[in-house]
Amino acid sequence: MTPALAIDGLRVAFDDFVAVEDVSLSVAPGESFGLVGESGSGKSTLLRAVAGLAPVTGGTIAIGGKVLGDRRDKAFYRTVQMVFQDPYGSLHPRQTVDRLLLEPLAIHGFDDTESRIVRALDEVGLGAGFRFRYSHQLSGGQRQRVAIARALILEPSILLLDEPTSALDASVQAEVLNLLEQLRAARGLTFVMVSHDLAVVTHMCDRLMVMQNGRAVEQLTAADLAARRVTQDYTRGLLAASEGFRRTA
Amino acid sequence: MSETAMTRREWLLTDRPQSRLQARLGRAYVAWRRFTANRLAVIGLAIILGLIVLAVFAPVLAPHSPYVGDLANARLMTPGPGHWLGTDDQGRDILSRLIYGSRLTLQVVVLVAVIAAPIGLLVGTVAGYAGGWVDAVLMRITDIFLAFPKLVLALAFVAALGPGIGNAIIAIAITSWPPYARIARAETLTVRNSDYILAVRLMGASPWRIVLRHIMPLCISSLIVRVTLDMAGIILTAAGLGFLGLGAQPPLPEWGAMIASGRRFILDQWWVAAMPGFAILIVSLGFNLLGDGLRDALDPRGSGQ
Amino acid sequence: MSALLTVEDLRVTFPTRTGIIEAVRGVSFTLGRERLGIVGESGSGKSQTGRAIMGLTPEHGVITAKRLDFNGIDLLKASKAERRALRGKRIAMVLQDPKYSLNPVMTIGRQIVETLRAHEPVSKAEARRRALDMLAAVQIRDPERVFDLYPHEVSGGMGQRVMIAMMLVAGPELLIADEPTSALDVTVQLEVLAILNRLVAERGMGLIFISHDLRLVSSFCDRVIVMYAGRIVEELPAARLAEAEHPYTRGLLNCMPEIGADRHPLPVLERKAEWKE
Repeated sequence: MTPALAIDGLRVAFDDFVAVEDVSLSVAPGESFGLVGESGSGKSTLLRAVAGLAPVTGGTIAIGGKVLGDRRDKAFYRTVQMVFQDPYGSLHPRQTVDRLLLEPLAIHGFDDTESRIVRALDEVGLGAGFRFRYSHQLSGGQRQRVAIARALILEPSILLLDEPTSALDASVQAEVLNLLEQLRAARGLTFVMVSHDLAVVTHMCDRLMVMQNGRAVEQLTAADLAARRVTQDYTRGLLAASEGFRRTA
Repeated sequence: MSETAMTRREWLLTDRPQSRLQARLGRAYVAWRRFTANRLAVIGLAIILGLIVLAVFAPVLAPHSPYVGDLANARLMTPGPGHWLGTDDQGRDILSRLIYGSRLTLQVVVLVAVIAAPIGLLVGTVAGYAGGWVDAVLMRITDIFLAFPKLVLALAFVAALGPGIGNAIIAIAITSWPPYARIARAETLTVRNSDYILAVRLMGASPWRIVLRHIMPLCISSLIVRVTLDMAGIILTAAGLGFLGLGAQPPLPEWGAMIASGRRFILDQWWVAAMPGFAILIVSLGFNLLGDGLRDALDPRGSGQ
Repeated sequence: MSALLTVEDLRVTFPTRTGIIEAVRGVSFTLGRERLGIVGESGSGKSQTGRAIMGLTPEHGVITAKRLDFNGIDLLKASKAERRALRGKRIAMVLQDPKYSLNPVMTIGRQIVETLRAHEPVSKAEARRRALDMLAAVQIRDPERVFDLYPHEVSGGMGQRVMIAMMLVAGPELLIADEPTSALDVTVQLEVLAILNRLVAERGMGLIFISHDLRLVSSFCDRVIVMYAGRIVEELPAARLAEAEHPYTRGLLNCMPEIGADRHPLPVLERKAEWKE
């Protein structure tokens, strides 16, 4: 079976700074894959490189077996969509929810915009009452739901999630994570999810890759991680840190 | 739902608008309330509205003809009954000339704004979003225009195009877009890498679509503010050209030209030059107050609260 | 245990164009020389509680309380000058992001020295020596070098240590830490907490640790206050967090994903109107 996303020897560099170096991974259709690491590990840059938002200076990225060039075509954007970390920054401040959801449909020339917008809002648990609000009239969780609705309105098969819940309160995070899982099950989506939170990634993903300083440390399954079957000290350190503070004195 | 019980104000301020129109009106209403909370801004708006009314109803409001004076009996009369602001050396009623002159002033201001602001907006946003050599070329052109004093450059253009109010407008418009381009570019640079613009890129939107539909609307409010604040300067430049004899030609009642012709009597018959001066002062002040008020009302940073 | 801080019926309100926002609605607690955690989600009023004690409530906010007493000083009656003298000297505060709390155009060392000299009449040499000691105390390996660096030249974790050093240099009796480690990576987070833990214990300070992270707070503090919509819904010893009774506290504990626990979907917190009562 051809993988939904295959990355081989990827290198991303901004001028002299190498953000990602020699990273390879493969995600099967319908799978949920996690990228974990601390700030500066290159996990977000990797995701942006897939989306075409960061310069690829080496290696290849293939979607559904087709290697991507420097320019992404419209078909790519109907296959791959992304949800950003900061729900306050990812919605245009001067546009209503309606306008935000209409834009992708208009770009790709859909006709049945009305019904699609209503359905998209329904799917993410926001009623029609939210349709004509501006983003400043929404809470953080509601904004992230709108961002998810916008990403899914083009019916992509791969969803890139860049720390989708790290800016949200714990209780809202649970709601959004549940929503994402439910949408994945309903639509058979492939997820690639970036997070600094091991617990979130193991909850959401089947397999994950730990990154540090732009390189892959190790790849393992969520079950391995839960059973503490890790091979690298760095992963072990992360695991220990995620368990909270222990008073030694 | 007690929709019927909602007052018009509640309908406008609701958190859950039911239609595109309601959302838009609600937003405008909030801006309007913020604007009217500023008393000086309202005074500015009143002055500008007054100017518009004067211009529209000039034939009705003006007590005398602006062009034909009573040379025999009414030369250089002091302000008083009959001629409230006095008469000039041709025996023409100054008040009537000022009222008709407001048409010219408005024409200059509106045309310059309509020509210069879109040029600046387009140049600035394209330069800011495209970056690279496009940015470099567009901004160097902008710099060249900025390097000349506005009036001197306008003078050069009028000298080339020939005197007259139309050419003066073109000359002022050509010289006043560069600051707008700078503002639009600065604004574009702050938003071009924001997540919401990246998100639109990820929808597959073309660069033109992003610039026109997503970046320009963000720049427009600061541009409107800047243009209103510049209106005073535009009026003064037009008056300056008129004063130098390169703008409106006699007998057009252009305020700058009126000051120029009153200059000869400034010591004995001060009102001939002072009255159009006051008119320019008041209108400039009106635009400045309006611009300040708009800045507070349209500032997106204030709308979150 | 004598109370260091007594708060009784603290209320913080903000008049706005659309009405009055009640950020804190009647919060009462006492603090000895211990570690008290205040936990809540955004909008719970936890930060405004800390700011009110510190005297950093924004200008237009209105603070009322039956008692707001720090070591016998009535904070409500204290003049601006008195509050300023207290701030930094006897009550200090560490904020979330060191990037915004440090002056970008002044070297780290000078900022610490200035802070110290603002509160104590010490000589420059003495101030420098104490600043270096303080930097060493927050486990900065090469204090002499860091002393001459500018804030942008150090990492987030180092910046937060510098903040702690600066806040503790004048020897305050009460430290308010508002999400001091939320902007840091998990591994760095633990180092900073360990430093904070040691210093608080050594110096016998009172600590108010404000955070959204219930687990982290309970592993770090002696006592935990859970806030919701401007009120305290539950107060309990950190060690007995598992026995929390209020549905909100339990909901907060439950809704976080855990490594190894296979819960799909995650339990969701259902907010009830009566919690606001």
